[in-house]
Formats: sequence, C-alpha cells, structure tokens
Amino acid sequence: MSRVTFFEVEILDPKTKGQLCFLDKVEPHATIGEIKCLFHKAYPQWYPSRQALKLDPKGKALKDDEILQNLPVGTTATLYFKDLGPQVGWTMVFLSEYAGPLFIYLLFYFRLPYIYRHKHAFTSSPYPAVTLACVCHSIHYIKRLVETIFVHRFSHGTMPLRNIVRNCLYYWGFAAWLAYYINHPLYTPPYYGNKQVNYALAMFVICQAGNFSINLTLNNLRSDGSKARKIPYPTKNPFTWLFFFVSCPNYTYEAGAWFSFTIMTQCVPVGLFTLISFIQMTIWAKGKHYTYIREFKEYPDLRMPIIPFLL
Amino acid sequence: MAAPAKGTSRTAQNDVSSIKKKGPGALATAYLVIYNVVMTAGWLVIAVGLVRAYLSKGSYHGLYYSIERPLKFFQTGALLEILHCAVGIVPSSVVLTGFQVMSRVFLTWAVTHSVREVQSEDSVLLFVVAWTVTEIIRYSFYTFSLLNHLPYLIKWARYTLFIVLYPMGVTGELLTIYAALPYVQKTGLYSVTLPNKYNFSFDYYTFLILVMVSYIPLFPQLYFHMMRQRKKVLASVEEHQKSN
Repeated sequence: MSRVTFFEVEILDPKTKGQLCFLDKVEPHATIGEIKCLFHKAYPQWYPSRQALKLDPKGKALKDDEILQNLPVGTTATLYFKDLGPQVGWTMVFLSEYAGPLFIYLLFYFRLPYIYRHKHAFTSSPYPAVTLACVCHSIHYIKRLVETIFVHRFSHGTMPLRNIVRNCLYYWGFAAWLAYYINHPLYTPPYYGNKQVNYALAMFVICQAGNFSINLTLNNLRSDGSKARKIPYPTKNPFTWLFFFVSCPNYTYEAGAWFSFTIMTQCVPVGLFTLISFIQMTIWAKGKHYTYIREFKEYPDLRMPIIPFLL
Repeated sequence: MAAPAKGTSRTAQNDVSSIKKKGPGALATAYLVIYNVVMTAGWLVIAVGLVRAYLSKGSYHGLYYSIERPLKFFQTGALLEILHCAVGIVPSSVVLTGFQVMSRVFLTWAVTHSVREVQSEDSVLLFVVAWTVTEIIRYSFYTFSLLNHLPYLIKWARYTLFIVLYPMGVTGELLTIYAALPYVQKTGLYSVTLPNKYNFSFDYYTFLILVMVSYIPLFPQLYFHMMRQRKKVLASVEEHQKSN
C-alpha cells in the first residue's frame, strides 16, 4: 500500500519574507490554481486572478495549471505572493472598448446639442458620404462586439484594471475626435466625389468580410477546447488565402478596413488613427510571427508578419 | 520640461545596474565620449556667452539674443540621443528619451523661436540658465562615466542640484508659454481652421494651454522619481565608502 505524501505550502511576502499563509495537507498533484483558491479563502480580498505566486521573489509568476509535485520544491514548498492589483476580464474590457465608440459616434452623427453650434443641433448632413461613414463605423464596432461575445477565445482570463482605463481612453477619445470632424457642419466631402467614396466602400466591405473570416478560422483552431497553439492554414474560403502570405491576416484586413475608411471620409484624424493602429498591429503581428517560427520548425517560409512580401 | 529630472532619470538607471549591463563596444564608446565632450563644450559656450553678455550689458534682461544660435544648435543636437537609444549604444528607453528631448526642442523652436515677443521675457533666462547648468553637469557626468573615472563631485552635483534647477526650469518654461499665449491667439500661429479638404483643425492656443496643464501631473512624478534615485545613488556611495 502506498502512502500519499502530503505537501506543505507556505506563502510569503517577498519584501518582508513574513509568512502570509500556511497550508498543510496539500495534495501533491494540486495545481497552482487550486492553491490560489485556498489562499483566497484566507484573504478574501485577493481573488485568484489577482494573485501571482512565484518560486523566487524576483522570478516569473507560476502558471495556474502547474502541478505542485512537478515544481523544484521539497515537501514544504515556499511560494512568494504578489498582488497584481484589481483585475478585469478580457471580455469585459473588449465590450467596453467597443461599445463606447459605437455610441459616441452616434452622438456626433445626430449632432446632439453642445457639440456644434446651437443652430446645428439635431440637424443632419446633406452628404451621403457622411451617412455612409456612420453606417460603416457602426457596423465595424457591432461586428467587433459580436466577435467578442461569440467568436474569440482568450488565453488569459484577466488584465489589470488600469489597462481598461487606458484602452477605453484611447478608443473612445479617437472615436470622438474623428466623429467630430466627419459630422461637422463644415465637413468637406471627398475630392473625387462619389467615385472615391464607392471604391473605398467596396474595399471596406471586403476587408470587414476578410477580417471576420480570419477570426472564425482562428476560432476553429481551438474548437476542441485545447490551449495549444496551432499553425493556421488557408481554407476553402478565399478570404483566408491571405494565410499563404502573412501570419496575421486579421491585422492586414483590419488595417485595410481603416485605410478604406480614411479614403472614404478624406479626414486627417481618421488617417492618424489608421496610422497608429497600423503601427500597433505591426508590433503585435511581428511578435506573433516570431513566436510561430520559434515554436514550429515547419512554419511556411513565404509568410511575412502583416504585409505580404514587405513587412 | 526642465532637464535635471529628465537627464538624471535616464542614466540613473545606468548607475544602479551598470554592473549587469554589457555596455557599448569600443568604437561606440569612443563616439559617445566625443559626443558628450562636444555637448559639454557647447553648453559651456552658452554659459560663458551668458556671463559675458551680462557683464557687457550690465543687466540680465534680453540675454537670450546673445546665445540664441548656440542654444538652438546644441539643444537640437540632443536629438541624436534618441538615435543612441534606438541603436542600443545607450541603454535607455527610446520613448522616455524621445519625450524628454522633444519637450526641450518644442520649447526652443515652437515657443521661444516662433513667438518673437517672448524672447525678451525674463522667464526665458530662467529656463536657459537652468538648462545650461544641468546640461554641463549631465554631459560631463556621462563623459567621466564612459571613461570610468567619475569624480564624486560630479555625481553629487548631478543628483543634488536638480532640487533647485528642476523647479527653476519648469517655472521659466511655464511662464514663457504663458507669455506666448496672447500672441498665438491674436495671429492664429500654427493653427488650421475648418472648412478645408482634409477635414482637420488645430488650435495652437488650446494646445499650449493643454501643454501647460500636462506639467501638473508630470512634474511631481519626475521630481520625486529623481529624489528616490538620489537616495539610492548617494546611499550606495556611502556604503562603498564605509566598506573601504
């Protein structure tokens, strides 16, 4: 008959080295996640997603699925605790980031009082380009909200609270700024008129469809519930054929959509938003691209991070 | 924003962790020594220029004109420091360095140079003096550090004089921007109005007010960061002396 050796876990404050919590009779195959739940019982204000447990005061945080007996510890494990601060779920973050611009743009489109001169309150623009821009902008964010609720799978559960403040400021601020100009009584429609608007609109729709296709494809990679990374490949859907050339076609299409929107509205603030978004997405795409290359020896050679052959 | 905090917080990181970092190669070190010596000399030229102008004029009003050219040249030259960080021969953050240098360049060109009427203000002298003293100390600090021969006096000066120089510089900068406001509003300097085919507008007057407001959160943060760095650096010197 084998006897199970229970572990003891002590959790210390990394600065004072004082003992915050002592857990005895811990199962050897307990996970870090389970230990966090036990710690939470002792300190109700520190819910599990707010805890970082480390083997070394200056080391990296242990993952929730790590098993106690696989760690380089004796039967008495010493862990150091760090408070990550208030956390908020990724879904919550995305919903607020996207719902904001959706509504804020409409405030400007309907020219609510105090935004423009009093005589313009509740008036509407004579230009079809302006109404079209409102429709496109709204559809873009509605699509993002739908994707957040039904499509995306997040590998991390939460992020620090201050991120939601910073992200929302960025999205909401820019939405207000560009909506202000597009819906302004002194708005000047595009130089090449309807031709410019219609071509840009077509490109916008194509990019939205493309981005949505890619998000669905990426979602299907983990349809079995696994957390392992897989190489995405082109499918029968022509929009996914961009996978032959880039690692992150979702970002490519997104950049394309905003570029089209800039042409459609011929508005500098939109152009600035497009530029900044493109820079950020390029940084993300490069990160993802090199992660893929590191992890998979058979990763396709032809692919670039975000722009085929170029970037 | 005034220099003491900026420059100091930049290499303060170096001081504490210089043992761990690899540092630039021999060629890069030679280049950096030359760069820092040239900058030290440049700001000394500005200092001497100020003193001579004061002595010959007999008053401290309108001294800006006597050092306008070297000030513009050497302050703008500091843009190279952003490149140094980007290339990696200086282990500082590109963003932080960029922010610090750009704010100086902004004050030099977009405020003092662009709005002639403020050039005779006394507030200009206030920040020019603060910048000059700070930069002479900062660049000689870097020079000596690169040559591994840092006199305690320079280290002490760098981490102590900011206590006075930083508020002095900030005051000079804020007063200068404030003095520029009426002229900017009257002439519509650097401003764009609607309607135009780019559907864009920019009000430089409002922008300057926002810049002034941004000092409120930024100044205390940088100042107290400097204070903390001071404690760290000067405490480690004490310990080193005790162990000797």
